[in-house]
Amino acid sequence: MAYSDKVLDHYENPRNVGVLDKDDPNVGTGMVGAPACGDVMRLQIQVSEDGIIEDAKFKTYGCGSAIASSSLVTEMVKGKTLEEVGEIRNKHIADELALPPVKIHCSVLAEDAIAAAIADIKAKRSKKEDAKALAS
Amino acid sequence: MSSINVPIYMDYSATTPVDERVAARMAECLTRQGHFGNPASRSHPFGWHADELVEQARDQVANLIGANSKEIVWTSGATESDNLAIKGAAHFNVKKGKHIVTLKTEHKAVLDTCRQLEREGFEVTYLDPLSNGLLDMEAFKAALRDDTTVVSIMHVNNEIGVIQDIAAIGEVCRERGIVFHVDAAQSPGKVAIDVNAMKVDLMSLCAHKVYGPKGVGALFVRRKPRVRIEAQMHGGGHERGMRSGTLPTHQIVGMGEAFRIAQEEMDSENKRMKMLRDRLWNGIADMEEIYLNGDLEQRIPGNLNVSFNFVEGESLIMSMKDIAVSSGSACTSASLEPSYVLRAIGRNDELAHSSIRFTIGRFTTEEEVDFTIEKTRQAVEKLRELSPLWDMHKEGIDLDSVVWAAH
Repeated sequence: MAYSDKVLDHYENPRNVGVLDKDDPNVGTGMVGAPACGDVMRLQIQVSEDGIIEDAKFKTYGCGSAIASSSLVTEMVKGKTLEEVGEIRNKHIADELALPPVKIHCSVLAEDAIAAAIADIKAKRSKKEDAKALAS
Repeated sequence: MSSINVPIYMDYSATTPVDERVAARMAECLTRQGHFGNPASRSHPFGWHADELVEQARDQVANLIGANSKEIVWTSGATESDNLAIKGAAHFNVKKGKHIVTLKTEHKAVLDTCRQLEREGFEVTYLDPLSNGLLDMEAFKAALRDDTTVVSIMHVNNEIGVIQDIAAIGEVCRERGIVFHVDAAQSPGKVAIDVNAMKVDLMSLCAHKVYGPKGVGALFVRRKPRVRIEAQMHGGGHERGMRSGTLPTHQIVGMGEAFRIAQEEMDSENKRMKMLRDRLWNGIADMEEIYLNGDLEQRIPGNLNVSFNFVEGESLIMSMKDIAVSSGSACTSASLEPSYVLRAIGRNDELAHSSIRFTIGRFTTEEEVDFTIEKTRQAVEKLRELSPLWDMHKEGIDLDSVVWAAH
């Protein structure tokens, strides 16, 4: 199977590989996929108090397109607000990487990873709000 | 390592390059200076010469498997031979019964032929292999019925290289009067074959896995006791009516020469293959969480099939771009499904997704093996750094206990 230059570039030089502390209240973690399906993505975002993504890290088990999709996503989300990032759709990722039809599911998984990471940080923050409300 | 030309070919079970000696013989059968005649032409020397060459090749193929040359039917390859053998024998014996027994790890050319027969009203039992890939003889005997007419079991598995005990299976089939077909696409030149000692009735062969050309194969059809099959290809009645179509002299001559060389050089070649295969295995065996697929002893010397846990096979192949390997069989490398052969021997989905098949051949060198070891180790290490599953494994999390969001 021939990969696009962009997939190869992200695959050869993946951006933002790593781990953030999942227990940090400012870190949202999204893990999607399943080993049995051949893809697992873990996307982590570090979000400032005013909702801006300051850092993003990923680790992915999967094919070259899955690795490239998650690497690209870490670049796309940095510096954006949670609302802006929530607008990213798998089509943006697939188009940017010129994914072939059999690999579209990789971009879908990347979109799911973003949603899961956002949901995680929002859940953490609403718990914090609840705790504050209880304390006051 | 400046002497190495990349990419390195480590996929000899997918196909082999044509041996130069074979190519030279084939080239003599094409142009007007050569033996271009139609072997079926009885009225002039062009036909007679071509026929002589075809018959010489028939002897060469028959010799390698211990058959009589009258028992060899030319086909276009092992897929056609499998179709002709299984459909041909099943149809011919339809009055005796409509039950077929085969193995889940067979090549698609056998499995899909069986599926077609099921659509026609036949019943097929697909046996589970043991975890080392070999046939469970007790389960096999238990699966045979009074209406079983055909058994089809491969000699050497194309993905994991394990060798079935054909003689033991042949013994059981002969005793019960069941036609025994063997897909031997992967075995010539690697394992000794004697169709009489093994009590094989039908055997599929092809040239392109043995340094011969693609597009030609043969089916051994036993004469004593006589095994009868229904033709699948109708026409001018070539090959005693079993397979019509003008014989491709150059292809057949190529197959004959390839089988002659394979027979002559098998012993020395196998020693070298085994040395190289063991060198490759010893070069990676100390890595964490790697699993050899299939029995190491009952296995052809050129095959090594390994699962590298927590990395995914396709990305592993991508990062080993200087080495031509496959994650399973060539026929299924375009699909995203994990290997059905590895699933059948009981590997879980993760390990089935993480497999690489290295197959070594006549032109593989020690330097190439060493280079492969180095590249494999680097690639696995790199991908494990990227793998959240590897992190979890290192943290001591049992991946089976995690509830995954299926997608």
